Amino acid sequence: MTTNQGWKSVGNPEQRIDAVEKAAGTVKYIGDFAMPGLLHAKLVTSTHAHAKILSIHTEEAWKVPGVRAIVTGEMFPFHIGPILADRPPLAWEKVRYYGEPVAIVVADHEYQAKQAVQKVQVEYQPLPVVNSVQQAFETGAPLVHENSSQYMKIISNVYPVPGTNIGSHIKIRKGDFQTAWLSCEEIFEATYSFNLTDHVAMETRSTRVEITPSGKVVVHSCTQSPFTIKKVFNQFFNIAVGNIVVHAPLVGGAFGGKGTVQLEPLAYLASKAVGGKLVKLENSREEDMITSPCHIGLKATISLGATKEGKLVAGKYTFLVDSGAYTDQAAGITRAAALDCTGPYNIPNVWCDSYCMYTNHPFATSFRGYGHPELTFAVERTMDQLARKLNLDPIRFRLLNTIKPGDTSPTQTLLDANNIGDAAKCIERAKELIQWDQGQRRETGERKVRSKGISLFWKTSTTATNAQAGTVLTFEADGSVNLNCAAIEVGQGAKTVLAQILAEKLKMDLKDIHVTMELNSQYDPHQWRTVASSTTFLAGRAVLAAAEDAIRQLKKTAGIAMQCSPEDLDVGGGRVYLKANPEYGVQIKDIALGYKYPNGHTVEGQIIGSGKYVQRHLTPMDENTGFGKPGPWWSVGAQAVEVEWDPKDYTYKILKAITVLDGGTIINPMMATQQMRGGMSLGLSFASSEGFIFDQQGIVRNPQLRTYKIMRFGEQPEEYLVDFIETPNIDGPYGARGIGEYGVIGAAAALGNSLSTAAGVELNHLPLIPELIWQAKQGKEEEL
Amino acid sequence: MISNGKSKTVIELHVNGDSHEVMVRSGDTLLDILREQLGLSGAKRSCENGDCGACTVLADGKPIHSCLSLAIESCDQSLMTIEGLMGSPIQQAFVDNWAIQCGFCTPGFILNCHALATEHPNASDEVIEEWMCSNLCRCTGYQEIKEAVQSVVRASGNA
Ligand code: FES
Ligand code: FES
Repeated sequence: MTTNQGWKSVGNPEQRIDAVEKAAGTVKYIGDFAMPGLLHAKLVTSTHAHAKILSIHTEEAWKVPGVRAIVTGEMFPFHIGPILADRPPLAWEKVRYYGEPVAIVVADHEYQAKQAVQKVQVEYQPLPVVNSVQQAFETGAPLVHENSSQYMKIISNVYPVPGTNIGSHIKIRKGDFQTAWLSCEEIFEATYSFNLTDHVAMETRSTRVEITPSGKVVVHSCTQSPFTIKKVFNQFFNIAVGNIVVHAPLVGGAFGGKGTVQLEPLAYLASKAVGGKLVKLENSREEDMITSPCHIGLKATISLGATKEGKLVAGKYTFLVDSGAYTDQAAGITRAAALDCTGPYNIPNVWCDSYCMYTNHPFATSFRGYGHPELTFAVERTMDQLARKLNLDPIRFRLLNTIKPGDTSPTQTLLDANNIGDAAKCIERAKELIQWDQGQRRETGERKVRSKGISLFWKTSTTATNAQAGTVLTFEADGSVNLNCAAIEVGQGAKTVLAQILAEKLKMDLKDIHVTMELNSQYDPHQWRTVASSTTFLAGRAVLAAAEDAIRQLKKTAGIAMQCSPEDLDVGGGRVYLKANPEYGVQIKDIALGYKYPNGHTVEGQIIGSGKYVQRHLTPMDENTGFGKPGPWWSVGAQAVEVEWDPKDYTYKILKAITVLDGGTIINPMMATQQMRGGMSLGLSFASSEGFIFDQQGIVRNPQLRTYKIMRFGEQPEEYLVDFIETPNIDGPYGARGIGEYGVIGAAAALGNSLSTAAGVELNHLPLIPELIWQAKQGKEEEL
Repeated sequence: MISNGKSKTVIELHVNGDSHEVMVRSGDTLLDILREQLGLSGAKRSCENGDCGACTVLADGKPIHSCLSLAIESCDQSLMTIEGLMGSPIQQAFVDNWAIQCGFCTPGFILNCHALATEHPNASDEVIEEWMCSNLCRCTGYQEIKEAVQSVVRASGNA
C-alpha cells in the first residue's frame, strides 16, 4: 500500500514509550539489582562541619562479622572535581562539612556494613566553622581551603582567589556602568537570600563498581553523565578511557543532582580494596541530602537604574553563591548566573561579580535551571520593586525593557530572531491567562487576599563548547529500527522525543521504533551529558543525521532492487518508493538486511545509520569582561502565580501557576506540558518550604523528609496553565529549543511577587513560610 | 516458623496469591525481603522512614509502608505488591493521564490508589487527598496523579 502521506509525529501528544512498564512496576532502576556475592559498602560520615581528623580507629569495626575492607582517606589522598579539582573523595587531614565521607566499610551484607560503620571511631579537633556566605566573604574569615591556588583547573573558566574563601570569581563588564549609574533618574537596590536546599529525587543515588582481572572497570550508576564518569576515572585514577565501561539504567529523577561524579569514585575505591569484587554503594535519604551534593544557597544584591519613564540603563549584580565545602558544579553555576544575570532585559551597562563561596556546608552541584531559578528570584523581585517605585504596572515595566533581536546579552552576544525567543509574546500571553487586567490584588469575602505575581525568565544552555551527541540506528529484519544513543531517561521523556524525531524523519510509525532505554558506554556513541536542557537539541540533531545516513543507504539498496537511481526514490510508510510513481516500491523489511537477488546473491547488508552533532562556535568567557558566546540559543518564558493569602495566620494557598514558554517547536505538547507543570511544582516547593537549617556549628538539623518539607499531594496549585509560543530555532531539530529546566526557573520569583503584593511587604528571602512572612511584616525579617 | 535459634528464622510470606519461604533476621524489613529475596523490586526504597510512600504495598488490602514493617510481622497477612496488579484500570489511568515521569514513585501511588478505590469507591476529593498525601512525587505537579486517581474512583464509583 502507498500510505506515504500523513506520517506525522512531531507536534503530536504521543504516549511516553516508557509509561506502560513504569506503571507495571517492572522497570529496573539501579537499586533494583540483587545478586548473591554482591558486596555492600556504607560510609562513615563526618559529625563535624569543620574539624581536623586526628585519628581513625577501625579495630572495633573489623570485629563485626562479614566486614571485608575499611577504606580511609590515605588510600587516595588526591583531589577531584569537575571544574576545579578541590575535593578528596574521602576526607583526609580534615573534614569540611557535616556528612562528608570519612571512611568506607565493605561487608557481605548491608546490615553488617551499617553495624561496622557505627564502630569506626574518628577523633576530631573542631575548627572554626564558616557558616554563611557572608561570613565566608569577610576578610580574616577562617579558610575552608588553605591552598586553593594549588588546585588543578579542569576547565578554564574558574578563578579561585588564594587566601580567601572565593572558589571562583566571574566578572561581567558591559558598557560603562559607573558613568551610566550616575545618569539614572530612579534607582533601586535590594538583597535576596536563601539557604542550600536539595534535589530530593525520589531515587537516592546508588552505584556498583567492579574491576575485572583484565583491568576493565565496570561502573553501574544512576547518572546523568556516564561519559564524565569515564573522564573522571581516567583523569584521577589513571585508567585508560577505553577500559572503563559505564552502564546506566533508567533514572528515578535527577534534577541535576545526578550530573556530577561523587559516589562512583568511592565505590571504585571500595572495590579496589576487596580485590576488584562487585561492590554496591547506595545512599540513604540522609546521605543523599547532605553527603552527596545538594543545591546552592545564594545571597544576591541587585541595583537597577532607570530613566523616569522606566527604561533600564544600568544594572549591578553581586552574587555570593554558597557552594558549600567544594566548588563542584557550583563554580559553573556561578558563571552561568553571571552570563544571564540581567534576565531577559536589555540593559546596556552591566557590572556583575559572581562569587563561588566556600563554606562549611554540604557541597552543591547543578540543580534544574543551573543558577537561573536563583538569579531570576532576585532579578524579578527587583523588577517588581523598581516598578512600584516608578509607579508603573509591573508588566508594562517589563515590556518596556524586554530583550529583543538586535540587543546584546551580558556577555555581548548579539541576539537575533533565531537565537532568542519572543519574551514579549510570552508575557502578553501569561497576562491573559492570569487575567491580569481584572486586578492584581483583591480582598475576598472571607477576609482573604487574592493576588497575582508575574516573572519573566530566560536561559541559555551553557554546555561545554565541544558538547556533542551521537546516534546509531540498526534496522531489524521486520523493517523496524533500533535507536541507540546515550541520552539518559531521567523522567523528562527524552527517549520518547527522540523516537518522535526519528519517526518524523523516516515517515515511520512510532511503534516501529525501539529505543534502547539503558546505556552502555561501549555500544552507545559519546554524548556530552544529559543536562542543561540540551538533549532534544544535541541528540535530536544526531538522530536526524543518523536518519539521513540510513535513508541514503535505504535508497541505495532499494535502487539496486528496483533497478533505478537512488535519487529517484523516497522513504516513507515502511517503504522505499519511486517519487514519480509511489505505487512502485519495496518494503524496508525486504532490504533491511541487504537485497537478495533471486539467485541468492546478496548485496549491501544491514542498514546501519549513524549520525552526530556537535555545538557550533561556542566560546569560553573572557576573564575580565565575560565577553563570549555561552550557548546556541536562549529559551525565554513568563510565569505567573495567583495565591490566596490569609492575613490572620499568614498561610496561603496557591490557586494558579502559569507558564508560557517559547521553546521553539514543541515536539510533544503533552510531555512538554508535563515538564512545565513538574518544573513549576519543583520551583514552588523550593520557594515555599525548602531549605537546610544549620545550627551554630554548621550541622544540618533537617536532613530527612520528615523535617525537610517538599510539596505533597494536595499542596500543589489548584490549577496549572501551560502554553507555548513556538518561535523556531533554525539549528534545532524541527525548530526545537531546550525546555527541560524551564518550568522551574520563574516559579520562585512569581510566588515571591504575588505574596509580596498580598502581604504588602517585600519578601526577599526564601523559603516563603508563613512565619517568615509574619516576621517580614513585623519588620523583623532576618537575612538568612 | 523454623528458627536456627540464633539469628535467622524461616517464615512464609503470602504475596500476590503465592506463598514463599524466606529466611529473615528479626530486624529485616518487609521491604528488604520483598526486594532482595523475592525479587519484587516494584516497592522502592526512598526514605526508609515512613515519609514518602515509595515502598507502599498492600497488607490485607490496606496500604502500608513496607520500610516500617518487619518481615516477621507480615507472615499472617495477604500481601500485594505492584507485580500482583498487572493490567489494572489504575495502571492504565496513570498512563492515560500522564501521571508518570521517572516512574519511581509510581508503584507506591498506584497501590495506594488501588486500595482507595476498593475501600472508598466514591471518594470525594478530600478523601483522595487524605489518602494520597502519604506519597511523594518529585517529578510531576501532582495534578496528573490527581486526575488519574479521580478517573478511577469515579469509574468504580459509578460501576
Ligand atoms: S521508603 Fe518507606 S515511606 Fe519512604
Ligand atoms: S514520577 Fe518521578 S517521583 Fe513521581
